[in-house]
Amino acid sequence: MSNIPKDLQYTQSHEWIRRLGDGQVEVGITDHAQGALGDLVFVEVPEVGRLVKAGEGCAVVESVKAASDVYSPVNGKVTASNTELASRPELLNQDPYGAGWLMRVELDSSAKGAELLSAGDYANSLADAAG
Amino acid sequence: MGLKTPLYDTHVAQGAKIVDFGGWDMPLHYGSQIEEHHAVRRDAGMFDVSHMGVVDLSGSRVRDFLRQLLANDVARLKIHGKALYSCMLLPSGGVLDDLIVYYLGDSSYRMVVNAGTRAKDLAWIREHAAPFEVGVEERSDFAMIAVQGPRARDKVLALLPEELRAAASSLGAFVGGDFGSWFIARTGYTGEDGFEIMLPADEAAATWAGLHALGVAPAGLGARDTLRLEAGMSLYGNDLDEDHDPLESGLEWTVAFDPNRDFSGRAALEKARSSPGRRLVGLLLEDRGVLRSHQKVIADRQGAAAMLGEVTSGTFSPTLSRSIALARVPVGVGPRVQVDIRGKLHSATVVKPPFVRHGKPMIPPAQENS
Repeated sequence: MSNIPKDLQYTQSHEWIRRLGDGQVEVGITDHAQGALGDLVFVEVPEVGRLVKAGEGCAVVESVKAASDVYSPVNGKVTASNTELASRPELLNQDPYGAGWLMRVELDSSAKGAELLSAGDYANSLADAAG
Repeated sequence: MGLKTPLYDTHVAQGAKIVDFGGWDMPLHYGSQIEEHHAVRRDAGMFDVSHMGVVDLSGSRVRDFLRQLLANDVARLKIHGKALYSCMLLPSGGVLDDLIVYYLGDSSYRMVVNAGTRAKDLAWIREHAAPFEVGVEERSDFAMIAVQGPRARDKVLALLPEELRAAASSLGAFVGGDFGSWFIARTGYTGEDGFEIMLPADEAAATWAGLHALGVAPAGLGARDTLRLEAGMSLYGNDLDEDHDPLESGLEWTVAFDPNRDFSGRAALEKARSSPGRRLVGLLLEDRGVLRSHQKVIADRQGAAAMLGEVTSGTFSPTLSRSIALARVPVGVGPRVQVDIRGKLHSATVVKPPFVRHGKPMIPPAQENS
């Protein structure tokens, strides 16, 4: 069973967000997502300063098996991205909710973000998909 | 639910991620495909290949039959147990399957065919064997374990009864033989030394456990694919199929065009050989990213963005830390091409496989990121 921390919020497309306070969030992909992808070999993170929209592709994670887009769960401006992943993509497999974070975003509160799930709802959606 | 090998429960107990492969439920990896790959290149790894088909052929005219059935010539096999790699062709020259055939005696051969093609292969073989009165017996009683890597043979030898060790250790490359109830061959699909063991299905789990206890790492189909691609070996269904002949599939070296032997597909190959067609080449990606099958290969000349062909197998090479591929392109293409990866063009260099052999890169590895 994959790890789903209670203090984060999730999307149906397997991203997580962590509220950092001061209108900032951290974004990554879930343990379930990294497990399904297998060993990651390339990660492309967004440039700092880029404006991202909810539902828009903001990063690419490529594993031995396949390349996948990561969709921004929120609207806002990228304030930091995890450049460590360029040389150490395996961090995303080893620690998807910590050292494997993808970007930090300063939220644009004027626009509506994607619908976010609680840990419990995300766990249920995984269970439904596994059916 | 797919077919299961005698080792299925073992894989599940060892935490394998199971996927469908040619109708079989097989292990993709046991945690990390890349670590399994490195285990085979640096030490020893083992693969469950029991899904492959073992077929015994017997009869006084079996040699004549195989000389007609296969594009390579079994008359080249003179030593008992010697193996030959060959394509089995349709009259069109298209590849029905690629296989290994062992010479076990003048009236006895053993063949190992791919899992996904097993049923059609057997139908084809039975149909063509009938006029030669050759017996065709599928050996579903066998499990098969491939143990590969620089230390693989030592590990297998350690499991054998002492009186069999010397003989097994002196098996030459591409030779197999009977050792008690096991058939052990010095063959593989990784570019490393090692053994492939055919053994009674009910001995498979204990043997797997014995090898594991000796430090042999279980490895899944994921690592098997990256290892074979680094070794420049073809995968049926990707690099080989019924729509392409062996000349277009990097396997001209396996076709024996000796005179006075007709084989299925020969006339079509003779015709194809006289005109320049397409060939399978190796590609080395110069940029970041991963080459994958069906990506388009495009000419590397300004104003001549002509579509040349496509990637037949592509992956990230754990040994080289960059992406490699096999691609089918017109003869003479290169030295550089462009590949369309997710809508963007990336430069690749045309190279001659293998990319890696016996643990050693055959081409320069990527520069470390600074």
